[in-house]
Amino acid sequence: MRENVLHIENVTMQFGGVVAVDNLTVDVNKGEIVALIGPNGAGKTTAFNCITGVYEPTNGLVSFFGETIVSNHPRGKMKKLYAGQNREFCTKVVSQTPDKITKLGIARTFQNIRLFKNLTVFENVLIAKHMRMKQNFLTATFRLNFMEERRVREESLALLEEQGLLGVKDELASSLPYGVQRRLEIARALATDPKLLLLDEPAAGMNPQETQELADFIVQIKDKYALTVFLIEHHMDLVMRISDRIYVLDFGKLIAHGTAAEVQKDKRVIEAYLGVAEDA
Amino acid sequence: MDMKKLIKTAGPIALLFLLLFVLEKTLPTTSMLFVVLKKGAIYALVAVSMNLLNGFTGLFSLGQAGFMLIGAYTYGILTIPLEAREAVYQYFDGGIVSFTVPVLVAIAAAGLVTAVFAYLIGLPVLRLKSDYLAIATLGFAEIIRAVFQWDKLGPVTNGSNLLKRFPVFTSTLFPFAVAGVCIAVIVLLINSSYGRAFKAIRDDEIAAEAMGINLAKHKQMSFTISSFFAGIGGALLAMYQTTVQAAAFRATMTYEILLIVVIGGIGSVTGSCLASFLFIACSEWWLRFLDEVTYIGAFQVPLLSSGFRKVVFSVIVMIIVLFYSRGIMGTKEFSLDALFRFFKKRFGKTKKEDVAG
Amino acid sequence: MGFLETNLPYIMAGVSVGGQYALIAIGYTMVYGILRLINFAHGDIFMAAGFMMVYLSASLPLYLSIPLVIILTVLLGFLIERSAYAPLRKAPRMSIMISAIGVSYLIQNCAWYITSGLAKQYPAIPWISESVTVFSSTTKMVTVITPVLTFMLVAALVLLIKHTKFGMAMRAVSKDFETSQLMGIKINSVISTTFIIGSFLAAVGSLLFFSNYMTVTPTAGSMPGLKAFVAAVFGGIGSIPGAVLGAFIIGICENIIKGLGLTTFSDAFTFALLIIILIAKPTGLFGEKSTDKV
Repeated sequence: MRENVLHIENVTMQFGGVVAVDNLTVDVNKGEIVALIGPNGAGKTTAFNCITGVYEPTNGLVSFFGETIVSNHPRGKMKKLYAGQNREFCTKVVSQTPDKITKLGIARTFQNIRLFKNLTVFENVLIAKHMRMKQNFLTATFRLNFMEERRVREESLALLEEQGLLGVKDELASSLPYGVQRRLEIARALATDPKLLLLDEPAAGMNPQETQELADFIVQIKDKYALTVFLIEHHMDLVMRISDRIYVLDFGKLIAHGTAAEVQKDKRVIEAYLGVAEDA
Repeated sequence: MDMKKLIKTAGPIALLFLLLFVLEKTLPTTSMLFVVLKKGAIYALVAVSMNLLNGFTGLFSLGQAGFMLIGAYTYGILTIPLEAREAVYQYFDGGIVSFTVPVLVAIAAAGLVTAVFAYLIGLPVLRLKSDYLAIATLGFAEIIRAVFQWDKLGPVTNGSNLLKRFPVFTSTLFPFAVAGVCIAVIVLLINSSYGRAFKAIRDDEIAAEAMGINLAKHKQMSFTISSFFAGIGGALLAMYQTTVQAAAFRATMTYEILLIVVIGGIGSVTGSCLASFLFIACSEWWLRFLDEVTYIGAFQVPLLSSGFRKVVFSVIVMIIVLFYSRGIMGTKEFSLDALFRFFKKRFGKTKKEDVAG
Repeated sequence: MGFLETNLPYIMAGVSVGGQYALIAIGYTMVYGILRLINFAHGDIFMAAGFMMVYLSASLPLYLSIPLVIILTVLLGFLIERSAYAPLRKAPRMSIMISAIGVSYLIQNCAWYITSGLAKQYPAIPWISESVTVFSSTTKMVTVITPVLTFMLVAALVLLIKHTKFGMAMRAVSKDFETSQLMGIKINSVISTTFIIGSFLAAVGSLLFFSNYMTVTPTAGSMPGLKAFVAAVFGGIGSIPGAVLGAFIIGICENIIKGLGLTTFSDAFTFALLIIILIAKPTGLFGEKSTDKV
């Protein structure tokens, strides 16, 4: 049994009357590549946002290497709705801000690329290193942290070189072509020294050739940095090729879970993707 | 390499101070130039401190006048000579502060006290987004102004009466030195790792947070540091004006500083500095003629009368806001190298055209 | 009873000022609802309406000058929107706000230039400037008229927004700028109309406000303007009943504080209220919550 990295239990996220994620339970183990798939609007990104602390789930728990990072139980009106679901462990509210969660070792990319547009490629990566630097604003201002600064700059340059971005290091992030921006976003996530990498549709807008390359790239960085990868993706060939396991969401609910082969055969998955022939 | 860089930055600064020194020795002290230089230096500091917040951290704060007020009062209260207190605090039995501190200590204290106030104000307000933050900080500035005029605090603040007779500066070198050091520190901060974090927050809060930057902590830091320097700016302004009265620190003052920042370019330190000298020069000196009723022969030039200067001036400001929204410098920084390059390019071009022609 | 008796004049003054703030606050809340812009110049439009009245009534009879003031104020609001805000529609929100601050600065400086910075006496308007006695305390007629007129205008406005095609367009634009554009709504005319309504109400508010306070100065607009904005935030920005309720609360509290002898704090109180509401319930009393999509 491999060590559990990410454990999501009974996570529910409700916006007003819309239940975006409904009682989701997911486990990701060390060294795995796990995919979360589902039609548009199935609640995949919302699930990511619950893990990374962007949203506080209405109910449920998230733990990382056994340590609870998010836990909430319904209050007020919601209480009645979720009574019975995991009442015993969700008694204490734990809600970390996204920065603390990143510091623990969960890095993410965004569906609609969110780079620091007015900063250079190099600065984008340096910013990701900021939180791990030993300094305070006084030592930083008066350059007493020059050893740290030098180390971080060297590490960032090395990382950029590895990712093949060294040539564009002084370009503004917004001036890069789309594919390179995607690569930079992953590089920036890697710069935070993550143990778990969450990729939100990394292949969006890529052609089959590029998608192929991306698949190899993900496997490669996973091995190199001893990562665990949890990804959302629409490109089925990519998902089927590299995922160890797949979770399928539809309308916020988990409808199937298993290896690529198992999921492909699942009747409900096929219905969710192709629709049910009502009166066939 | 570093030595060369040092000479390149230190050289012009030394030259500037030398020039100021020579000017002071040669020109009459009543020259408008010195008014512009003194006030311009003070406004430059305040504008740069506001730029740190608005331009580099993306926090739209309008509390600058309130923070300057705290700085100015702290300076005044701590430095009014003991023998003058009886006269200054005539309605409050000489006040309750019965000590004075040296000028430089008082200036530093002005910054620190302002920073403490800003820290406390920042705790609740910095959670607010863009324009709500602007209006909340504006509100706090108004509250500060009211509190400082409250007669129950009279023994400390002298109520709504003037604070005066504290030590002031006469040489232009003094505000230049203090403002220069402060601006240099701000520039160092902006170029440090924390400066990068601030810029990340400006560009995309959600991504910055996902990169492990603690939003609350960094916003608070930027807000407090900016206010620290606004406080020092306030102390310098008190010295320049020789008197301080809370009623003068209205929202209009904040607006003026904001407009300086916009004219200079949001996100450019040198832009803010250039713009504040231009702004002060226009409003105090170059456009003065617009305020005076002028005759050419027997013909009275129309429109010219008291206040016209400000109308023309605000029209210019509006033109900049609407058509040159990037200001003088955009987000670029002014440097001698860039200036040389600029002229070279111009020069090179004309040469080529000559050849072609 | 004792409390009420001593404070009745203040409460009445508060209700009156509250009504005047309400008329300004609607302009803020409508513009914010649509453009997400704090129209810093709105208070100055209100002040400009005051000065127009001063100058026009000097040469024209009241039955001409009052409508003319209203028309000119509306025109001013419309022109400001077209010249200073419309060109920046695609610019970042901060730029439009800076432009609004610039316009406010311009109007104040123009007013200063025209008046040489002197306070002007506001003309007495017959009937509404007369004294009346209500519950054994003497006050001006305007104190009594303001709340009534305010409620009538607000009711008309709410009907307009709820039941006309224009109102529907306005609500659509405030919900989603781009989609409503795609649905064929003429954004620019909706925005212009919003400014026209806002300026109209500000002009009416200024007639009432200055009849009460008697003098107009170039900075007379900034404080009532800010307070009206606070009222709009307090009620939940974008909500017209909220703005009106907020304005009355602020007007009454402010005057009670004056009655307690803490005049220095009457302005500060408003802002303290603003900060409390922003922290406790940022969406105000009737505001809608919105979530950022990640």
